[in-house]
Amino acid sequence: MTADRPGTPGAPATGAPARRDRPGGPWSGASVGGQVVKILLLGLFTALGAWAILPLYLAGVWWGIALVAAVVALVYWVYFSRRTVPAKYLVPGVLFLMAFQIFPVLYTMSTSLTNMSDGHRGSKEQAIASIEAFSVTRDADSREFVLTVAANGDPETGDLVFLLTDDEGHAFAGTEEGLTDLVGARVDDAGKVTETLGYTVLTPAQVNARSDELQRFAVPTDDGAGIRSSGLSSAFEGSAVRVYDEACDCIEDTETGIVYHADDERGAFYDEDGQRLPQGWQVGVGLDNFARFLFNPTFASSFFGTLVWNIAFAASVTLLVFVVGLAVALTLHVPRMRGKVFYRILVVLPYAMSSLAMYLLWRDMFNADFGLFNRMLGLQVDWLGDVWAARIAVILANVWLGYPYMFLVATGALQAIPRELSQAAHLDGAGPWQAFRHVTLPLLMVAMTPILIATFAFNFNNFNAVWLITRGGPFGSEGTTAGGATDLLITYTYRLAFSEATAQYGYAAALSVMIFLIVSVMSVIGLSRTKALQEVDR
Amino acid sequence: MSVVDVAPSPAHPPVYRRSTGRRFTLWAGRLGWRHAVMWVVAAFAIFPVLFVVSAAINPVGTLSSSQLWPTGASPANAQDLFRNTPFGTWYVNSLFFAVGNAAITVLLSALAAYAFSRMRFRGRRVGLIGLLVIQMFPQFLAIVAIYLMFSNLGELYPAIGFDTRWGLLLVYLGGALSINTWLMKGFFDTVPRELDESAQMDGATHAQVFFRIMLPLVTPVLAIVGLLVFINTINEFLLASVFLRDTGSQTLGLGLYQLVDSQRNANFGMFAVGALMLSLPTLAVFWFLQRYISEGLTSGAVKG
Repeated sequence: MTADRPGTPGAPATGAPARRDRPGGPWSGASVGGQVVKILLLGLFTALGAWAILPLYLAGVWWGIALVAAVVALVYWVYFSRRTVPAKYLVPGVLFLMAFQIFPVLYTMSTSLTNMSDGHRGSKEQAIASIEAFSVTRDADSREFVLTVAANGDPETGDLVFLLTDDEGHAFAGTEEGLTDLVGARVDDAGKVTETLGYTVLTPAQVNARSDELQRFAVPTDDGAGIRSSGLSSAFEGSAVRVYDEACDCIEDTETGIVYHADDERGAFYDEDGQRLPQGWQVGVGLDNFARFLFNPTFASSFFGTLVWNIAFAASVTLLVFVVGLAVALTLHVPRMRGKVFYRILVVLPYAMSSLAMYLLWRDMFNADFGLFNRMLGLQVDWLGDVWAARIAVILANVWLGYPYMFLVATGALQAIPRELSQAAHLDGAGPWQAFRHVTLPLLMVAMTPILIATFAFNFNNFNAVWLITRGGPFGSEGTTAGGATDLLITYTYRLAFSEATAQYGYAAALSVMIFLIVSVMSVIGLSRTKALQEVDR
Repeated sequence: MSVVDVAPSPAHPPVYRRSTGRRFTLWAGRLGWRHAVMWVVAAFAIFPVLFVVSAAINPVGTLSSSQLWPTGASPANAQDLFRNTPFGTWYVNSLFFAVGNAAITVLLSALAAYAFSRMRFRGRRVGLIGLLVIQMFPQFLAIVAIYLMFSNLGELYPAIGFDTRWGLLLVYLGGALSINTWLMKGFFDTVPRELDESAQMDGATHAQVFFRIMLPLVTPVLAIVGLLVFINTINEFLLASVFLRDTGSQTLGLGLYQLVDSQRNANFGMFAVGALMLSLPTLAVFWFLQRYISEGLTSGAVKG
């Protein structure tokens, strides 16, 4: 083995196309054009680094600046040193891999150990500020403002911002962090801000659409005070009813007298009866998320039910596309058949269509009221509302989309098997079935096994296949937080994180890690049976 | 199931003549049933496509009025789609992601594959196995972390935050080095070393060897990887749905999803036109790269 020569990092060994010891300095041998391109690219990269540092500097994120500087320095070293030839080719891809694949994976793992969710996103200080600001009430000397509701960026999803003007005509911008002066805003006679830099003023309709959020929005100001809206066009500053006391690490409601004590294990304030305040903070919960879906009876039944169906789904789709694809390939595997090209094009057609659009199409064909199947066949089947009908529908759509690939692969594999083999089997007295079973199939499986493993792994996490057709449904009486009849683990996770009323990031991350573990185990078993790993040493 | 061509095919036509009935029986046993099976399979393959074409030109444009066979033809659905939705923007967005991701992925992957195939360095073995291992954790499984990460990044750099093209493209590029790199490395390995060695003897640098000698020789695998990445990106839903929430920044796939999500029946004609338009680039790419497809697929790349 020529690889792995310790002590000479990055040094090219035999066969590496790098030349050392040539006179003429670092520029020798290289074309002028190549050098110009290299310098341009490095210049562009440096500019990008400078662009990245500026916001970090303004936000005071020093470790971020150090990281950017380190990456830029690394790139310069790699591309100017002559000892780092392999790195010159690996660095671009590896940087992306690190930033957007490996880091998110590690981040998923660390998030899975927290209770991060809606209501548990920020730090304890942020939670306290939010609780106090939210509890303000109007009193006699409250400052009143004219309110214009705006958003940071997109009017539908951007963070809410209160644009406030007081009696003297001063304008402020209030966010969840606090109050800042607003400069350069255009204000009309009534005190409403009509236009300002950096924020999108919402139309009344857009404000109405987000009125729930508006109810919960408060701008923390000085100690224990905050600004809340009263109606859609006015706001007031008041003092907080709920006040944090550092001495007892608790929050007291001055109106009701109830004391809420901080629970640093669960990340929220609880009173004696176990009632909590809605605003909490993020804390580490260890393996609680994992314990929940593995051992808690309610969650475990969702999880294991989903897992069983997930495996059954991937296995049955893989088996069916293999059988159908191979059968079609065998049917066409005959010399001198008229119309072979024509059949091939028709049969491969589903593979060339956009799978995303085709899943949606299948969903609509299965529609109970207007769908093609019920109308053409005169049925009244609620395809996507019945557990087993929905499962069959999902599998059928996936067989339609998946078999052309198997057909192409099986055709290629069949052509690689010499015809003489089956002819010899025939001469020895084997029937067509025996010849297939004992001669063709074993040879075929050598080529097909890795592909079948890959297909299984792909379908195990085939999010589109389920989400676009059934969204995981139909659902039982527990609603969408429990697993649906066709839910895969990945669709279940997605719904918990992004499509429920309260987003449960920590729990969803734990499920992701679990899927990763399951897929790893299956892949290790699969890979150990293939030759892929042997290629490493070639 | 008869699967093997057992009838020995003589090199010359037989000298005796068979009766017509006998010849038909022979034909039916050897080829006829194959035609029958293929007609059934072709019907199964084609009926959804036929339905979507028929719905696209259906003058009424609802799901309930769409038939398998067109009952009339009108461009009304297409006009509605262009007029009532930001179709052009969606389409351009989809193509931006698909073309951008395919092109850059091919470049990054080829660079890495060249290093893995032609050079021997410390960490090579770890790198190759690492690529396989990271493959077990598909990027979309880390969606929660990617979402949280970009919530923060977007505040620092609005240019790569949510609802922007560059942010999502960056995330897609995180998957550039993947099983595709393995596929390419395998193909690079089949190019004889003597070629680049002799080029070096003539004074070529490693960069010249890569761009002038290797790349032209491995075009088939570049084409197949580009095709697979293109198709996967244009059909990607999960990451895009989390990233692109603003209607104007969405891809055609997301747009179509919303079109039929709210209105199951009424928008179906428009959806059908959009579905065909979304399939058009895929069909075109297939058509141009068809000679590479069987070859590339059998080397182990996967799509649905």
